[in-house]
Amino acid sequence: MGSMIGASVTRKEDPSLLTGRGSYVDDISPPGTVHMAFVRSPLAHAGIGNIDTKAALERTGVLGVWTAADLAGLPNSRSVPGMERPCLATGKVRFVGEPVAVVVASDRYLAADAAGDVDVDYEPLPACSTTDAALAPGAAPILDGLPGNVAMEQALAADDAEAELSAAAHRLQLQLVNQRCAPVPIEPTACLADWTARGLTLYLTTQAPHHMRNEIATMFGLPQQQVRLVAPDVGGGFGAKASFYPEFLLVSELSRRLGRPVKYIETRSENMMSMVHGRAQAQDIDVGFDDEGHIAALRVRITQDCGAWPDTTGVGLPMLTSFMSGGCYKIPKISPSFRSVVTNTTPVGSYRGAGRPEAAFLIERVMDRVADELGIDPLDVRRRNYIQPGEMPYATQFEGIVYDEANYPALLDRLLEKIDYQALRAEADRRRTDPNAKLLGIGFSTFVEMGGFGPTPLFEQFGFIGGWESANVRLNTDGSAVVSVGTSPHGQGHETAFSQVVSDVLSIPFDKITVLHGDTETVQEGVGTMGSRAMPVGGPAVFKAAGKVRDRAMRIAAHLLEADPDDLELVDGRFQVRGSPDSGIDLTEVAVKSLKPHLLPPDSDLGLADTAHHEPTNLSYPSGAHCCVVEVDRDTGRVDVVRYVAVDDCGKVINPLMARGQIHGGVAQGIAQALLEEVTYDEDGQLTTASVADYLVPSALDLPSYETDHQETLTSFNPLGAKGLGESGATAAPQAVVNAVVDALSHLGVRNIDMPCSPQRVWRAMRDAGSARPSEVST
Amino acid sequence: MSRHHVRITVNGVAREDEVEARLLLVHYLREVRGLTGTHVGCDTSNCGACTVMLDGQTVKSCSVFAVAADGCEVLTVEGLAVDGQLSPVQQGFQECHGLQCGYCTPGMVISATGLLLENPDPGDTAIREGIEGNLCRCTGYEMIVDSVRWAAEHGGAGAVATGTRGR
Ligand code: FES
Ligand code: FES
Repeated sequence: MGSMIGASVTRKEDPSLLTGRGSYVDDISPPGTVHMAFVRSPLAHAGIGNIDTKAALERTGVLGVWTAADLAGLPNSRSVPGMERPCLATGKVRFVGEPVAVVVASDRYLAADAAGDVDVDYEPLPACSTTDAALAPGAAPILDGLPGNVAMEQALAADDAEAELSAAAHRLQLQLVNQRCAPVPIEPTACLADWTARGLTLYLTTQAPHHMRNEIATMFGLPQQQVRLVAPDVGGGFGAKASFYPEFLLVSELSRRLGRPVKYIETRSENMMSMVHGRAQAQDIDVGFDDEGHIAALRVRITQDCGAWPDTTGVGLPMLTSFMSGGCYKIPKISPSFRSVVTNTTPVGSYRGAGRPEAAFLIERVMDRVADELGIDPLDVRRRNYIQPGEMPYATQFEGIVYDEANYPALLDRLLEKIDYQALRAEADRRRTDPNAKLLGIGFSTFVEMGGFGPTPLFEQFGFIGGWESANVRLNTDGSAVVSVGTSPHGQGHETAFSQVVSDVLSIPFDKITVLHGDTETVQEGVGTMGSRAMPVGGPAVFKAAGKVRDRAMRIAAHLLEADPDDLELVDGRFQVRGSPDSGIDLTEVAVKSLKPHLLPPDSDLGLADTAHHEPTNLSYPSGAHCCVVEVDRDTGRVDVVRYVAVDDCGKVINPLMARGQIHGGVAQGIAQALLEEVTYDEDGQLTTASVADYLVPSALDLPSYETDHQETLTSFNPLGAKGLGESGATAAPQAVVNAVVDALSHLGVRNIDMPCSPQRVWRAMRDAGSARPSEVST
Repeated sequence: MSRHHVRITVNGVAREDEVEARLLLVHYLREVRGLTGTHVGCDTSNCGACTVMLDGQTVKSCSVFAVAADGCEVLTVEGLAVDGQLSPVQQGFQECHGLQCGYCTPGMVISATGLLLENPDPGDTAIREGIEGNLCRCTGYEMIVDSVRWAAEHGGAGAVATGTRGR
């Protein structure tokens, strides 16, 4: 049997999903299910006066209406101490869409009608829709108990690097904005609670079922085994479904009170204002460098908008940005600091990359600006600053941030083999002088990010019990195997990928392996799928558990064959004595005999099943080199990506087909951030991008095709050598695109364009550059 | 709310029901007929997750009332396979990894099927135009385009869809 690890097998998940036989939360409806709907705040900041629920309660089919006063005993959601969010707005509303009351009715139409019947009196308060407004002198604190609007403030270096910056031959300041984005999984948030005398069963759109089980059990004071948390098929998450949402608590409580299953299905309009947003970060950058472009020092001051209620992940995002702000470069001195600011907007949490895309954007824009300032090629500046392969593992100045094995210069070389850089440059130059041609721009992004989240001390800071992952492998007596994994997918293809791993370790056919996940009743302890950890952390757990089963089977086989276990090898499903293949026993026969104690060595455990955990000793650091080529329409400012080439190093590639899918999806989201997407609020805090059409989620016509390739530099920190790749594309792409757009316009004097590079913004930048108002076009 | 009598054929099976005037076809399919393969991804008719075929034309079933489908034939994703054999479009999506989370997939598969009925040999641009009304947040679309191409080269829209069109 050939190796399954590294094979492009098609997915086990697909047949049911392709025939409409998936099982998403809204597809599950136990008898008697009733529907929950929210009354949401239309204002960004206001005192809550009288809430009139009479009309709603009188409507036929309505089971009840509850306000914060009716739910006073319910605990708040966990967050930074003192900033915990109640499940319904209490006294005040703090962002548009914050739930004020909740209604349950016999069907979803009636529930929506009844929610519309509830009449809430608001006393408007001044709203802060931006961090500038929230930080302005005299701005009233949004959260009670916080003196101002700064939720967290931290410096991650001993000093501000002023000495090194002043000493540098050149110095440059930039202001960059990583705009607020909405994750928009196509399945919005959904939950279904069924609380009976036996306990609570809760179906959730979540990336972390065990984590949510623990949270819910704690909140209700229930023994953990009385909370069964199920993440069935989950329709995308992108980080946003890792957060705890108050609706999880509410459906549970209302199911308890009503004695019926209660379902809540968010509408898309609600999703745009209720699910966490991502990014929302402004950066003030100061960089010092020499005549050749060697970076001497980097100072980064980050202002993170964390929305109205700091999310446990959201407040920490700028810490991850700080850690990664040096990118794949050897920078002698980095001085990051950040403050997380409360505003009257939707809470900010993790969105594909969570803090690292912001860092990659920052340092890759810096590289291009330094090159421009010195008049040298941006690739030369990168090459002069790369951490070299011989220096790996590379300890950054930040404690615990140690880059694993990688070869950044080779990634760039491999990328350059795929594009004819000189020819592209020549074409870009030619077009500049041809007024009828679209402008051409070439942008690079050579990046490193973090994957494989743990270890436990780091992951604890985001509210998780640990940074490990777990797996159990059980071999049946017919030679089939069941694998239970603690990571829970939402599109990644765990069933396929983990089957490939087990197939190799146990030498059993891929088709005979079943992977279970997402149900706390059937899966042992687990953590979840986020931070590109499924393969680098969950994978080794599977690998180790399968290895333990193989070793047990090997000992039994040795006993039966009267051989030394060390002399046995497992080949094509059969243990045989090395060198004499005639003497052997099938794994299936070993599985059968493993349940016959009289045939086993004395005191043997029966059966072939085992559990393993993998606690990473380090994060992993996926890297890559991406190139984007854009065309810019001189008349309209429209940007088209005409070529996108990605070379990635995620360590060991388990399934190249699925790896391509992950890169494509991530790059698509990165391009969308660069060109299309932005969550916007007006100055009163009204959300002005409340639908997928206003927000500009890209369609097939808005995105290019992608050329992908891999360089496999295995990490030595886990037995599979895998680093993860779910977030690489989204981390790499924004700056590849923006660098290309700025490159296309650089001859006009344009030095920066904020994301999204909309036609209007690009056109303005060209016009303003043409009319010689450089103050507006340079950073 | 007034109730209306409808007779709707879904995947070849006709049934008569009493429905509220405002009941959307997508909710009729999911909740009255129990066919949960057709999904809801938005409330503004933008995402296409709810796409089904109505008398041989693709429609967004969130923007059609069930009463408007009275007397019509609906084909949903559940109706494409024959005796457990996936349609060429379904097979193409598996072969070319045209799905990840699978939530957009039923609508995407129906749109692609509709496209191949109109145009059995579409190029990449025609495919992208054909699925423009279906949002996918996972794949970045290229592998969906590959999937539809694969289907075009391996039997097209498939027997069921072609038959529905003919009826
Ligand atoms: S549900 Fe989005 S278009 Fe119908
Ligand atoms: S596969 Fe997830 S939205 Fe398309």
